[in-house]
Amino acid sequence: MSGGTSHAEQPATFVFSPENLAWAQKVIAKYPPGRQASAVLPLLDRAQRQHRNWLPRAAMDYVAGLLDMAPIRVYEVATFYSMFNLAPVGEWFLQVCTTTPCWLRGSDEVMKACERKLHVKATGDASFLHSSDGKFTVREVECLGACVNAPVIQVNDDFYEDLDGASTEKLIDALAAGTPPPKGPMNGRQVSMPTGGRTSLFPVPASGAE
Amino acid sequence: MLQDKDRIFTNLYADGDWGLEGARKRGDWDGTKEILLKGRDWIIKEIQDSGLRGRGGAGFPTGMKWSFMPKKSDGRPHYLVVNADESEPGTCKDREILRHDPHKLVEGCLIAGFAMGANAAYIYVRGEFYNESSNLEIAVQQAYAAGLIGPDACGSGWPFDVYVHRGAGAYICGEETALIESLEGKKGQPRLKPPFPAGMGLYGCPTTVNNVESIAVAPTIIRRGAAWFAGIGRPKNSGTKLFCISGHVNKPCTVEEAMSIPLKELIEKHCGGVRGGWDNLLGIIPGGASVPVLPKAICDTVLMDFDALREVRSGLGTAAVIVMDKSTDIVKAIARLSRFYMHESCGQCTPCREGTGWLFRVMQRMVKGEAEPKEIDMLEEVTRQIEGHTICALGDAAAWPVQGLIRHFRPEMEMRIQNYKASRALPRAAAE
Repeated sequence: MSGGTSHAEQPATFVFSPENLAWAQKVIAKYPPGRQASAVLPLLDRAQRQHRNWLPRAAMDYVAGLLDMAPIRVYEVATFYSMFNLAPVGEWFLQVCTTTPCWLRGSDEVMKACERKLHVKATGDASFLHSSDGKFTVREVECLGACVNAPVIQVNDDFYEDLDGASTEKLIDALAAGTPPPKGPMNGRQVSMPTGGRTSLFPVPASGAE
Repeated sequence: MLQDKDRIFTNLYADGDWGLEGARKRGDWDGTKEILLKGRDWIIKEIQDSGLRGRGGAGFPTGMKWSFMPKKSDGRPHYLVVNADESEPGTCKDREILRHDPHKLVEGCLIAGFAMGANAAYIYVRGEFYNESSNLEIAVQQAYAAGLIGPDACGSGWPFDVYVHRGAGAYICGEETALIESLEGKKGQPRLKPPFPAGMGLYGCPTTVNNVESIAVAPTIIRRGAAWFAGIGRPKNSGTKLFCISGHVNKPCTVEEAMSIPLKELIEKHCGGVRGGWDNLLGIIPGGASVPVLPKAICDTVLMDFDALREVRSGLGTAAVIVMDKSTDIVKAIARLSRFYMHESCGQCTPCREGTGWLFRVMQRMVKGEAEPKEIDMLEEVTRQIEGHTICALGDAAAWPVQGLIRHFRPEMEMRIQNYKASRALPRAAAE
């Protein structure tokens, strides 16, 4: 569930850009007539993306209006799901998985690397930790579902996998420089295949598209 | 060991193109129209005969589940809902299907949807899987453009739509009725059953909720025949299965293997063994965070299937194998899972909302040994008060890891309490 609390400085208004409004109409059409409330998650997500990755109250009210929902129903949803940020986050939002499978593979080292590089202090819960320049936000999250590639950080939309302390520091440096590396395993491994080579699915086909 | 020719997910490691062209090369969308023309009853019979049991954790026979849908519509539409809200700690198999073999899922939706009289499928993908759901969305659009789904799916005359719906971060939405609530635009809080979704599910209409893997294997099962699938693994536990092996193995990986493979063989063959050798093994959680941990003595011989793991009071769950070697602080490992359940409880039922937090707080003390020996029994007792007293199985899932810990590692917990007491007693003794 969401651990966020609503931010004190709220914008007075929010409206979708024309592109996002057109997109929203298409999404609403995926659901049967009268069931437009089904579109609340995708619309809130899109609103958050339009608003520098956090969701102000005005956006919730706007989505409630679009979907003909009581605003309280939208607030309920926005505060229930963990991916809605109710206060500003940094340009780089690092969600560090620390659930048992990542912890067994060294997520403590990953968190320590974040603490060292960004001068934040882990609290052992789902708090949002902000770097002093505001460019980074770190949050401990629950299982991201990439456990065989643990430990994992989700940076904005992308998973960075098979991390350790050193590669986490390098990742943060690259993000700070505005040059995020390609997503996926950071140790050169091919997706979820055993490191060092396959034990099934021989022979290797020629092409290698992801 | 399963042979490559019997593997279903041949693009598991993204060796080829995950799009339509690559999928066709791997045999997907081959003769789908002919399969549909054989009729609903035939398809359901094949899936039943194959022995396929649901791959989402509970292991309910998939064909039987499909057969619960009304044979004739009473005017309400029928829905297929695919549960791609993969969030059980340790589990990352559906992720591979979504991003590397999405057409298997889209074709499976058509076949399964047709078999249950549905004209639409909603695939609910966990919100964090942004890139995975993007691949799936592209696969869906490719299928529409090729006429494989749409107003006349595969030229069968059956109209069929597939919609991708992304969640927004909530483990509980993997529970089928919470997922339906979420899909309707509400908080993901489970519904009381009955009514069951087959009678009244999404929008109050007959609905079947299936796991990604259950749906994605269906087309291959039908093409190769029920007998082929049923011939792999032990009776009532048949087929191939995606296993995700994480934790203290030399090479964690996801791999498709035969059901009923010995746990030790799975780890030795595909993961390069346990870190430091098999004798360095402490324990294994064999089926995702919710199932009880097993000590090494059981891991030595246990088979990886529903019935074998149930016999040792654990479960196959999602076949997410979490391996822990002797360096592991086992109490802390389980305490971290208690924190997970506390975080993910939806707050609807008191035993779960209050109980998961209570479990975590006591488990935190147990990690340090800051407790009385009798509190171990109290902890066990509280798990029994949570288990079975909630609307959904999250309460049970929170209870079982702690129960497994107490069952198999009680001496470790007692030792910590003794050590803690001793460490506290010393300074006072010295002062006297």
